[in-house]
Amino acid sequence: MEVLEIVKGLISEQLDIDEEQLEMKTTFEDIDADSLDVVELVMALEEEFNLEIADEEVEKIKTIGDIVSYIEKQIA
Amino acid sequence: MLQGKKGIVFGVANRHSLAWFITKALSGAGAQLAITYQEERFEKKLKKLMENELDDQPLALPCDIRDDAQIESVYQRLGETFGQLDFIIHSVAFASREDLEGKFIHTSREGFLLAMEISVFSLAAIIKPALPLMDKGGNIVTLTYLGGQRAVPNYNVMGVAKAALESSVRYLAADLGEQNIRVNALSPGPINTLSSRGIKGFSSFLDHVRQKTPLQRNIEGKEVGDAALFLCSDLSRGITGETIYVDAGYHIMGS
Repeated sequence: MEVLEIVKGLISEQLDIDEEQLEMKTTFEDIDADSLDVVELVMALEEEFNLEIADEEVEKIKTIGDIVSYIEKQIA
Repeated sequence: MLQGKKGIVFGVANRHSLAWFITKALSGAGAQLAITYQEERFEKKLKKLMENELDDQPLALPCDIRDDAQIESVYQRLGETFGQLDFIIHSVAFASREDLEGKFIHTSREGFLLAMEISVFSLAAIIKPALPLMDKGGNIVTLTYLGGQRAVPNYNVMGVAKAALESSVRYLAADLGEQNIRVNALSPGPINTLSSRGIKGFSSFLDHVRQKTPLQRNIEGKEVGDAALFLCSDLSRGITGETIYVDAGYHIMGS
């Protein structure tokens, strides 16, 4: 499965929102994700892709596209 | 090991929570449990988590530990359902994110009081109204961290709160010993949880600790669960007022 699809799946499960609302340019603000939601999501991503996302990287992530490109770079 | 015992766990947020690992260990040992959740947002996921990972479903109750009325109603419910209480797990702490980076000296008065109320006073606040249900004795376990003994970067006001919490454990153990209630703390090494990830620089801190520990690794949630099981069981009947480190030995090292 594509990284984007997996990320969308995780976010929709975590925040209980429809996957169809999620696009590459969707920001955390767009989906009302607060700092706790972001931390939970980061931990779910780390488990799913078996990697570690350092705090400095988390701070740079603003959109779903940012997540996807970070993960693609890590697992490439 | 805990067949017929009844207990309550405060502080499960999600499946990474130390309180959750403790819940699994206690439930697996045969205890009948209640779990409180702090906010509505956690309720749905918590129920799903319990269904997926536990054979016996705990009672799930809402409780904001800053509200005495809510604490009272939790114990009223426990009295009706369980009739008695054998142990309480306290895994509750909070500090504002801006107080978990930079220097302790910049902590605001509000931030300090908030951290102390939620992370320290809450222990006594949830024990006192439980005492009528613990008339046959019991066990209380709270969670602390080495940052209460040493100045750990970015832990700041939470370290000050943990020092007060560990002291509370000693005073409460002295208060409650005559009722055969033991009070102890577990001090785990750093571990990925929703709370710890709020501390600045936490991910690199995990790597640092892994390299320094005698066991050359970080700890696992299950190890904290097992230690809590020990403290809630008769195996630890001679221990009270103590802080037990579950940190792969990190705290004994010189640097």
